[in-house]
Amino acid sequence: MEIIGERINGMFKDIREAITNQDKKPVQDWAIKQTENGATWLDVCVGPTAGDPAAAMRWLVNTVQEVVDTPLSLDSTNYDVIEEGLKLCKRPALINSCHADRYKIERVFPMAVKYNAKVIALAMSEESGIPKTADARVALAMELVAAADEFGLPLQDLYLDPLILPVNVAQDHAIEAMETLRQVKMLSDPPPKTTVGLSNVSQRCNNRKLLNRTMIAMLMASGLDSAIADANDDDLMETAAAARIIMNKEIYCDSFVELYKTNHYK
Amino acid sequence: MPVQILKERNSGKITCVTLGATAEQGGTRACTITVGGESSLPWLHFEGETPNKPVVAVEVLDRYPEEWNDAVKAAYGDAMKDAATWAKAAVECGGADLIYLRLQSADPELGASTPEQCVATVKKVLATVGVPVAVIGCGIDEVDNKVIPAVAEACAGENLLLGLATTENYNTIVAAAMVHKHTVIAQSPLDINMCKQLNILITEMGIPADRIIVDPSIGGLGYGLEYAYSVGERARIGSLQGDKMLALPVIGTVGFEAWKAKEANVGADEFPGWGDQAERGILWETVTAASLLQSGLDILVMRHPEAIALVKKNVADLMAPSSL
Repeated sequence: MEIIGERINGMFKDIREAITNQDKKPVQDWAIKQTENGATWLDVCVGPTAGDPAAAMRWLVNTVQEVVDTPLSLDSTNYDVIEEGLKLCKRPALINSCHADRYKIERVFPMAVKYNAKVIALAMSEESGIPKTADARVALAMELVAAADEFGLPLQDLYLDPLILPVNVAQDHAIEAMETLRQVKMLSDPPPKTTVGLSNVSQRCNNRKLLNRTMIAMLMASGLDSAIADANDDDLMETAAAARIIMNKEIYCDSFVELYKTNHYK
Repeated sequence: MPVQILKERNSGKITCVTLGATAEQGGTRACTITVGGESSLPWLHFEGETPNKPVVAVEVLDRYPEEWNDAVKAAYGDAMKDAATWAKAAVECGGADLIYLRLQSADPELGASTPEQCVATVKKVLATVGVPVAVIGCGIDEVDNKVIPAVAEACAGENLLLGLATTENYNTIVAAAMVHKHTVIAQSPLDINMCKQLNILITEMGIPADRIIVDPSIGGLGYGLEYAYSVGERARIGSLQGDKMLALPVIGTVGFEAWKAKEANVGADEFPGWGDQAERGILWETVTAASLLQSGLDILVMRHPEAIALVKKNVADLMAPSSL
């Protein structure tokens, strides 16, 4: 289970201020904290308010890479901003993200191949928005799989995201996302990888951590390989470690929780 | 239509472990032996590396093994009456890459040798042969916890392979190995979960993973070989997928298990359908070893020189690069 640590994001006040003041400490503290707790990737997102998002992305990438060698997930809707980050990444990065719209695929997939990066691809398009049914999501996933093949992006480097919505306002979506994960794994051989923005499921809900960790176990059973999530939620990390054991993805030992955090899975 | 060769892309590999130390390294061995390093399933040279071939350790006792089969005893004759002479014969005529010295006489019922006597035996073996040496206790924890630390201290710098560290008893032996720079054997009872956990416990003491060899307690042909086979296979697959706590070279006491089998020991007079006993015994040991070579064994602890010769031929054949 690859956990993509979500915390270095300009949506959070401390990170937003850090970017504005060019104050490395909060960013580097979170980079270390998430890495030590088992994050496989670190998501970096400049947030909505940065005046020069490309410069902010360059600063974030360099700042994080000064203290950890955890690979980065570059999070932006602006692909030029992502490309600025890709140029600086010391290790192959993850592009977060690409919709199933043709013009976006044509911009992102060749860029991923050029920089040896992986891509989070969303089962949604401008036309469809987030489809409600699993069938409609799988249809978009198929477009993305075919495009990966077309542009020479290895299927293991494609991270399909079935999209999950808050369970309080879109309760009927979670089960469709799970069904999507199951079907996505049958689209190709080798199958694409899968990911979700896990914390979405509990937006504005009560008991968020409980919802998040229950969701990750259910999604893992459906075929989830990674999640953008709170790497410093110990209960969540322990649930992911336990789910890996129960699914026989990892050989059991008594120290399975500690081992999960030090192994930076995968 | 061309056929494409399917190659697994593995992310992990087995840790390399070196045994013995030469003069430059603070020891007195003529050579060192490195095992491990494999980055594919056994012998799949077309998709990974097998930088070090499996080696044979010959089992030598510090007492005359009355109870051993005559076929094995005949191979070494009177040399078996002294550990150092036996070790010399094992290297010169038996094909030993290293010596697996079992200090059985420390057992109160088998001689009650003192730690000082055991140290003297080990020293004599080290003075007689140039190959790396493994030193194993008699199997009684209280005794081994005195003998092995004494050996570790007296032979500091030799990088012996010390055993056996088990879940119930690993602290003393691992600490002795750590202080005096030796390697340890971590033995678990045919249980991959305990094997992994023991490796974690041992590394948590501060000894690096490249100073551990795993002994999964194999079973011999006809007596649990398939359990050992599948444990070895599962460990190798896990290792290749990145499980560092299982990615250690494996040792198997092939001779001990094979020569325990009834089939290796009873004469043709008793079971005419089984044929000649000596030949059968040698093949029992050979087939046990050859099978486990396919599940990823790195060090084979063996007894009969003819079985060793057959296994070495098998290893040489398997090491030949595949044309794929």
